[in-house]
Amino acid sequence: MTIEVQESTQAKAPGRLGDKVFSRSSLIAGSLILAVLAAVAIFLLAQSLPAFLADPADVNDGQGFWVYVIPLVFGTVWAAALALAIALPFAIGIALFISHFAPRKLAQGLGYVIDLLAAVPSVVFGLWGITVLAPAVQPFYTWLVDNLGWFPLFAGPVSGTGRSILTVAVVLAVMILPIITALTREIFLQTPRLHEEAALALGATRWEMIKVAVLPFARPGIISATMLGLGRALGETMAVAMVLSPSVIISFALLQSQNPTTIAANIALNFPEAHDLGVNVLIATGLILFIITLLVNSLARMVINRRKAFSGAN
Amino acid sequence: MSALVVPAPTSARQLSKPTLWLTAGVSAFVAFGVFGVLMAAGISEGFNIVAAVFASAILFVLLSYVMSRIVEGRRKAADRLATGLVTTAFIVALLPLISLIWTALVNGLPRFDALFFSSSMRNVVGEGGGGLHAIIGTLEITLAATIISVPIGIMTAIYLVEYGKGRLAKAITFFVDVMTGIPSIVAGLFAFALFAIFFGPGIRFGIGGAVALSILMIPVVVRSTEEMLKLVPNELREASYALGVPKWLTIVKIVIPTAIGGIITGVMLSISRIIGETAPLLIIVGMSTSMNYNLFSDRMATLPVFVYTQYASQGSDAQAYIDRAWTGALVLILIVMALNLIARLVSKLLAPKGLR
Repeated sequence: MTIEVQESTQAKAPGRLGDKVFSRSSLIAGSLILAVLAAVAIFLLAQSLPAFLADPADVNDGQGFWVYVIPLVFGTVWAAALALAIALPFAIGIALFISHFAPRKLAQGLGYVIDLLAAVPSVVFGLWGITVLAPAVQPFYTWLVDNLGWFPLFAGPVSGTGRSILTVAVVLAVMILPIITALTREIFLQTPRLHEEAALALGATRWEMIKVAVLPFARPGIISATMLGLGRALGETMAVAMVLSPSVIISFALLQSQNPTTIAANIALNFPEAHDLGVNVLIATGLILFIITLLVNSLARMVINRRKAFSGAN
Repeated sequence: MSALVVPAPTSARQLSKPTLWLTAGVSAFVAFGVFGVLMAAGISEGFNIVAAVFASAILFVLLSYVMSRIVEGRRKAADRLATGLVTTAFIVALLPLISLIWTALVNGLPRFDALFFSSSMRNVVGEGGGGLHAIIGTLEITLAATIISVPIGIMTAIYLVEYGKGRLAKAITFFVDVMTGIPSIVAGLFAFALFAIFFGPGIRFGIGGAVALSILMIPVVVRSTEEMLKLVPNELREASYALGVPKWLTIVKIVIPTAIGGIITGVMLSISRIIGETAPLLIIVGMSTSMNYNLFSDRMATLPVFVYTQYASQGSDAQAYIDRAWTGALVLILIVMALNLIARLVSKLLAPKGLR
């Protein structure tokens, strides 16, 4: 180490050159990221223009592009929203358990266990959803339809295989759970120690301490973690493509065999056989998905960044 | 906060440990009893152990709430209820993980044999065949993606931590975060849209998959490397400058070696994230049944797409296809878990001595 230091002090001019080369190349790498993101938007736009500009009579059996894409957008948002509704309470509970309830020594190990869920590839989740989850929940669905069928969400006829949008939402919920958990856990741990101890010193029970000190502090963080989870659920492909028996419809019923499908799953299922304008139409739906997730993610990041500015944690 | 409310004092009386254990025993007994009766009466097929455990947990939480409400008062009872619910949430979240790993083991092990690791699917209909071509394809494409992503990712992180100031750095940080959220299928469509312009709409090749995966991998590498570089104490940099070492040598010889453990960990975790991606490869790489070592021409098989196609298009002997799909899934899970484990080990072993 010392020898190299001496060399560089003696040879000053090459050092300056090295500085220039190094800082330029790091600048180029950084700018490349912006360029790539722009390129993603531009190339998707270029390839989807034919679909937007085409005569509506040529697209989707003469019904036009928007008739084709609106049910898909609905399915994407609906499935993601359901998944979020299932995952959020669990994620907050687990994050609280790891940050405030579990024994200190175990906490980190338990965090790793939840992170393992994030490591499982989505195609494996899809396989698990079909073979294990769908048959397991089917009897429960039948019971729901028989007894609560008057409720619009549980309207019949029940799916015989259990491969309905609710099953998809459960699989998606399991997949986004680790992301929301990891982020909210970090934020719960950032709660100022003094706030917590002050609450406890006033005689609050642990739950009351969490209610008055931890949750108000963490609220913006929870919101942005939720939106990041939503972004992930919106774009998830394989689990949906494998579990759902797709059809292009708008329906709120959770348990039927006719289910709205999502943009991503629709692309994955139809792309290998698509040709000519069909390819452009699919890429155009992909562009719409890209814009939706970009909006959701940007919003989440803005909430996080705004919060960083005036929190004392950093 | 809201208006000040003077809370009721918590009662001095407490539920004793033995009472709680007794409650747990009673609720387990009742729940298992009910499910046992259901099975005996033939209403449910077989004994549903998951539901029974779940029911006893809920029963215990409710019972202890009621008892605590009577003995200890409202506030302590709410505390017990919250503790119970939060713990239940954690246990429920473990169920899918356990079930998934168990299913993959049970269904994957029958074909986890030498044949699977030594043959491709060329001319295989029905039984036999294996996933060697898919494993090779996955390794090649992942390697190519890593070679593309790691230099860009690390240099960007260096720019952000060591050089970047002002608007450009802010914009890059923001868009790296946004890029983390790009759906994998959109990355695949981008790679297709890019290469279709040059090579025509029928283009399918491995390097396209590597480009698509890099889009997903770069932001992860940037984020983790950035965090690690930020952890390097400024005193080290200043000591190096004081000795007259130029900035770039300080970065190469001082900053990066100090953070190398964390950087390697981040890279491995990002590999484990992309190695299981299916959707982009389905679009730009396609699927093949035979060996293809060439990244730059023709379709290639990859492990995730192998799993998907084996399941999605089952041939005459369906069970053979399902078995191969599960074995592929098991191999994939093992690779990802191994990567995670090694990454954690590396970060422990290579951590700078002061920070260990």
